[in-house]
Amino acid sequence: MIEVRDLSKVFNGRIKAVDGIDVEVRSGEIFGLLGPNGAGKTTTIRMLATMTKPTSGQAMVCGIDVAKDPDSVRRCIGIVFQDPALDDQLTGGENLDFHARMYGMPRKEREERINEVLRLVELSDRADELVEKYSGGMKRRLEIARGLMHRPKVLFLDEPTLGLDAQTRRIIWDHIMKLNSAYNITVILTTHYMEEADFLCKRVAIIDHGKILAIDTPENMKRSLGGDLITLKVKDAAKTASIVRSIKGVKQVKRHDNSVSIAMANAGSRIPELLKKAESAGIEVESIDLHKPTLEDVFIHFTGKRIRDQEANAGDRLRERMRARNRR
Amino acid sequence: MNAIYVIWLREMKKYVRNRSRLVGNLAMPFFFLTFLGMGFNSMGITGLPEGISYLDFLAPGIVAMSLLFSSMFAGVSILWDRQFGFLKEIMVAPVSRTSIVIGRIFAGMTSGVIQAFLILAICMLLGVRIANPLGAVASIIFIVLIAMSFVGLGISLASKIEDMHGFQLIMNFLVMPTFLLSGALFPLDKLPAWLAGITYFDPLTYGVDGLRGLIIGTSHLPVVLDFCILGCFCAAMILLARHLFNKTEV
Repeated sequence: MIEVRDLSKVFNGRIKAVDGIDVEVRSGEIFGLLGPNGAGKTTTIRMLATMTKPTSGQAMVCGIDVAKDPDSVRRCIGIVFQDPALDDQLTGGENLDFHARMYGMPRKEREERINEVLRLVELSDRADELVEKYSGGMKRRLEIARGLMHRPKVLFLDEPTLGLDAQTRRIIWDHIMKLNSAYNITVILTTHYMEEADFLCKRVAIIDHGKILAIDTPENMKRSLGGDLITLKVKDAAKTASIVRSIKGVKQVKRHDNSVSIAMANAGSRIPELLKKAESAGIEVESIDLHKPTLEDVFIHFTGKRIRDQEANAGDRLRERMRARNRR
Repeated sequence: MNAIYVIWLREMKKYVRNRSRLVGNLAMPFFFLTFLGMGFNSMGITGLPEGISYLDFLAPGIVAMSLLFSSMFAGVSILWDRQFGFLKEIMVAPVSRTSIVIGRIFAGMTSGVIQAFLILAICMLLGVRIANPLGAVASIIFIVLIAMSFVGLGISLASKIEDMHGFQLIMNFLVMPTFLLSGALFPLDKLPAWLAGITYFDPLTYGVDGLRGLIIGTSHLPVVLDFCILGCFCAAMILLARHLFNKTEV
C-alpha cells in the first residue's frame, strides 16, 4: 500500500529532518512510526500526505507517486493532523459536511456517510453542537471520523492521542482498532508513546534523527533483546559490565552512566548468582530491577537513550526546524 | 466550481452566525455618519461641491470605508484558519488553490454588498440626499470591485505573514492611510499638491470617487475612469492573491 525508497527531506539545505528512509507498509496493516519529538515522524507523514515535497527519494502511496500526482494521492488518503484542525465555529456535522463537499461527494452519499462515521466514533447525538463545546477527546474522534469520510484506503494519524488523558486515549485506541477491522483500512500512525505503539501496531519502525533504526513487529523486537531484562544500579558500571559479560546465559549487556542492563533467559532465577558474583568482585549493588522487555527497552537498545530523556532537546530541535521553515 | 461554492458556503454560515461581527461592522460607519457627519455638517464646511452637504459628501466615503475594513479583514482571516489549524484541512483537500482563493473573494464580496446596502439604507434614514436611485443601484459595481480588491490584498498579505503580529501592523500602516488618503472624509482637490499626488496612488480614491459619482451625483474624476483604474487594481489583486496563496505551505 505504501512504498518508500531512500526518502529524504532537507530544510534550508542543511537540516536533515528525514534522512534516506526505506519503508514498506502492507494493505490493512496498522503501522507505527515510533520516535521522540523531532525525530522526523511528522515530516515523513507530511511527505506521504503530499503536504510537503520530498527533497530526494521516492514515495508511492496507493501505487501513486506522491511527487507526480498529489491530487490522486489525496483522494486515496485520510489524515488526522497532530494539532487540531477543526473549525470550532461550525458544528461537528458541518465540519464533516465541509469535508465531504470538498471531496465532491454527492448529497445522498454525503448524508449517509456523515451518519455512518458519526456512529462509528459515537458522536451522533452531538452532531449539531458547535465544535467549540466539544472536549479534547470528542474533537479527536470527530477528526478521525472526518479522515474516514471519503473512504480512504490509507489513514494517517499524526500523534492521535497527544495531550489526551489515559482514559480518553484508550477510547481512541479502541476506535482505531475498530475502524481498521471494520473497513480493512491501512493505518499509519506516529507516536512517541511506547504503550500506544505496542498496543495498536502490527509493525513498528523506530525512527530517530531522521533515520529508521529498526522495523519489525513489537513482539519480535522485544524478543530480539534475548529474554528478560535485569537492570543493576551500581557505582562502577564499567567494571560491573565486564564481570556480568562472563556469566553464562547472558545474551546482552548494555552499560549506562550508573547502571547496567542485562538481557538473559529466566532472569528471575539467576539473580542470586548475579548478586554473588557482584559481591565477590566488590561491587555494591544499589538496586535491582527485573522486567519483561518493553518497546521502551527496545528503543534504549537501538538509541542508547530513553525516549523521554530526549524530549527537551528534541523539542528545541523541532522549534529550530519550525523557525527555519518559517523563514523561507 | 464546487470547491468555490463550499468555501463560500462556510464563510457565509459563519457570517450569518456571527451577529456581533455584523453589528460591529455597521456600528463604526453609523458612528462616523452620525457623530462626524452631523458634527461637521452643522459647521457649514466650505469647499464642497455646489448644493452638497457634508453628510451627503461623507456617505459614499463611509460606504467605502466599511468595505475597506471588512474586506481586508475577510482576506486576512486566513491567518485565523492558519492559527486554528483549519487551513491544513482546506489545503490537503483535492481542490485547486485558485478555487479556494476565489471562494473566499466571493464570500467577502457577498458580505460586503450586503453590508454596503445596509449602510446606504442608514444614510437615507439620516437624510442623505441620493441623486439618482438608479445610480445608487449601479454603485454595486464599485462596491463589488472595492470588496474584491481588498479581500484579494488581504489574502496576499496573509499568505506572506505567518502570525497574528503582522495583522496589527497591516491595520495601522496600510488600512488607516488607505482610508484617510482616499478622500472619504474630505475633498482632494483642495489639498497641497504633494499630498494630492499621493492620493492618486491610493486605489480606494477611485472607489470613493466612483461611489460618490453614482450615489450623490458628483465626482472629481469621470466615473468611467474611476471604474477602469479600480477594475485594473482589482484584477491585479486577485492575480496576486492567487499567486501568493499558491505558494504558501502549511
